[in-house]
Amino acid sequence: MASFILRRIAVSVLILLAASFIMYVLAANSGDPLRDLRGGNPATEAQLIAARTAALDLDVPAPLRWFLWLGGAAQCLIPFANSCDLGLTLNNAEVATILPSAMLSTLQLVTVATLSAILLGVVVGIVTALRQYSGFDLTITFVSFFLFSLPSFLVAVLLKEFIAIGFNNFLQQGGAIPAVTVIVIAIVAGLIWQVLIGGPLRRRLTVFAISAVATGVVLGYMAVSEWFQNPGLGPVGILVGVAVVAIVTTLLVSGLGNRRALTTAGISAALAFVAYFALQGLFDISSVWTLLFVFLATVVVGLAIGWLLGGPDRGQSMRAGAITIGVSMVLVFLDRFMQSWPDYVNSSRINGRPIATIGSQTPGFNGDVWLTGIDSFTHLLLPTIALLLISFAQYTRYARAGLLEVLNQDYIRTARAKGLPERTVVMRHAFRNMLIPIATIVATDVGALLGGAVITERVFAISGMGNLFATSLGRTDLNPVMGYFLVIAIVAITFNFLADLAYAALDPRVRVR
Amino acid sequence: MSVNIQLGVPTQPEPEDRPDAVVGKSQGRLIFERFLQNRISVVSLVLFVLVIVFAFSATGFGPIPGWWKHSFTSLNAQAGAPSLSLWPFSLGDHPFGQNRIGVDYFALVMRGIQNSVIVMLVIGGLGTVVGTVIGAIAGYYRGWVDAVLMRITDVFIVIPAIVIGAVVGQTAGSSGLGVWVLSILLALVSWMSIARLVRAEFLSLREREFVEAARVAGASDMRIIFKHILPNAVGVVIVSATLLAASAILLETGLSYLGYGIRPPESSLGLLISDNQSAFSTRPWLYWWPALFIVGLALLVNFVGDGLRDAFDPRQKRFKRRKMREITDTVAKRS
Repeated sequence: MASFILRRIAVSVLILLAASFIMYVLAANSGDPLRDLRGGNPATEAQLIAARTAALDLDVPAPLRWFLWLGGAAQCLIPFANSCDLGLTLNNAEVATILPSAMLSTLQLVTVATLSAILLGVVVGIVTALRQYSGFDLTITFVSFFLFSLPSFLVAVLLKEFIAIGFNNFLQQGGAIPAVTVIVIAIVAGLIWQVLIGGPLRRRLTVFAISAVATGVVLGYMAVSEWFQNPGLGPVGILVGVAVVAIVTTLLVSGLGNRRALTTAGISAALAFVAYFALQGLFDISSVWTLLFVFLATVVVGLAIGWLLGGPDRGQSMRAGAITIGVSMVLVFLDRFMQSWPDYVNSSRINGRPIATIGSQTPGFNGDVWLTGIDSFTHLLLPTIALLLISFAQYTRYARAGLLEVLNQDYIRTARAKGLPERTVVMRHAFRNMLIPIATIVATDVGALLGGAVITERVFAISGMGNLFATSLGRTDLNPVMGYFLVIAIVAITFNFLADLAYAALDPRVRVR
Repeated sequence: MSVNIQLGVPTQPEPEDRPDAVVGKSQGRLIFERFLQNRISVVSLVLFVLVIVFAFSATGFGPIPGWWKHSFTSLNAQAGAPSLSLWPFSLGDHPFGQNRIGVDYFALVMRGIQNSVIVMLVIGGLGTVVGTVIGAIAGYYRGWVDAVLMRITDVFIVIPAIVIGAVVGQTAGSSGLGVWVLSILLALVSWMSIARLVRAEFLSLREREFVEAARVAGASDMRIIFKHILPNAVGVVIVSATLLAASAILLETGLSYLGYGIRPPESSLGLLISDNQSAFSTRPWLYWWPALFIVGLALLVNFVGDGLRDAFDPRQKRFKRRKMREITDTVAKRS
């Protein structure tokens, strides 16, 4: 194993060197770094050109200049010396100081998009696999084909035009929803739910009626009570929310027959409900770290309740408790964010048009953690959706295919034959095995994250890694391009390596050699 | 070399004449028939060919002039909105409207389709050939040949497609070379996934008995690779070629959108979107026509690819399953 890892690292370093050489020579030949200086004021032109040539060693041919660059970059390997020298940009800024802030913006953008794409994609993929060839499955298949064929810049422009401007107009005009829209949305929701639940015609009709009416009533209430101006879940919403979370979590984790898990989930939900009232005062003075601490603490409480009540099968109860209380706390946080929404929308910098189309924050906007949170949300919403749609399609296909493959295995037939309930077969036998290939895909994808969003960042003017790369390449600004390349290549190689290790660790049939 | 054996027998009745005859079908024939059963894919293929023929004939290709009256570079008097009306059907003078300097948009879009299709076909074709040859040699010879070739593949795969595409596109574009050079350069950096898939296929096929038989019979390596193994791996090759083509069209439009692909005065679907996105609220047609054709072309190619996948692999009717297995296989084998 140790020799495998060492060999792998040595090979990776060589690959990195070769790739960076190719990249350097290609990028150096892609244009003229002195273009913006040429044709300027003749008095200073020669002087400026000479200065830049000296600063960037432009008189050295590209293949040789690569060694100079490599010498500087190699200093990054010295630990704690802080002597990283990735060269200068055309504007004489240190690349090593630009990169971290760009990385931060990119991470902020892509993390949420990727996590929600994985979550949504896997859930929808599982449902389509379980309802194979149903109307829902065919629709999702078509939709994912469509999303595969949709370039991100197209999505981005459409989102800007319709979602951002449309929603802002909708808010400014008082948030009234026409009755026809309510009815159409209700019918669509009803159709989706009846396909998801399935079963005989009678049951489908009942599900359709109930879900359509419920959606219609909720939407109608939202429109009448000006919910979109003053959103919030309120005590009633929180109560219903935590109850649903508790029941659904128990249903998925252990089945409602497991009374201990159900009790755990119930107590966790009740605690979250109490926390909703108890913590409002703390929330007003919270920082991000307080919130994180509160969240982790409640999850630990959930685990503890499960451990205490769990009886012989502690794992299930602990999982039920932790997931219930975690999701419930997210609801509580969400409610607090919604309480700050009117303040945010009506603040002087926003002027009632909250959804932004450019940048990653409102310049000059200050506020507590909730207001800045909403500010990030409104700015990152559209790029996140644009990124999400495409990876969502991918994960749906992978999850669906993976689950179908697993469901055809002999051990699933064995599990069914010995009379296990369908929930156990799917969640315990099939789902876990399906996750193995997904885990490797996730690892590779996460590796590509840092550099992935070139086009999306460009369209939404977010100053992340992708934008840095695209802008620098356009000016033949070699050093930032190489800095960008170095980061994404190292991350990609590391995560590919981790993916291989994870695969070997998760699937005992695979052995590394 | 086929050997003709002449027997002194008079012409026999053709087998098809007998009503109970079972006509033998070749593998290719079976695949073709399975493909025909997939109606969406067949319709997609026909539509795709029609769009290509339409686009190439409209503005002309190379020295051959097109049938459309306006050229994609000539300025016209400004009229603006599309004159296309579906009922009663009439094209009008500028069916897709005009852009802000008065160039006929139909000609621009058709020229854009032409360029995007050229890039797509060159990347799909050349990329597939390069990838197949590298993958075949690596998978067949194994050992150090395999190690070297796969490490070279790794070198290219480390760089994301859009990044290396942008660098290559910038090089091709700034030196004023045309769409052909751009697409050939892009093809030379997009063969990696096919090489891996073909290699995985060759690694398993080379252990089969018929390869052993061919070797014992004295066939040369080249003959075994191209005559014995490759026909058995052709399903993987063709399916990944269509997938590559579908992603190529998105790559080209994305690069042109960023300004690193096809440059003005040439036209490209991504370039048209990039030029006109700010005019969305005033002249939405400048946005919708190229958008329609980008999504349409990519969707059609994806559907054709899906049909081909099913046709080549009847056991697995389900989408992506095969690809999924290959991905996990390559991951497993790489380690």
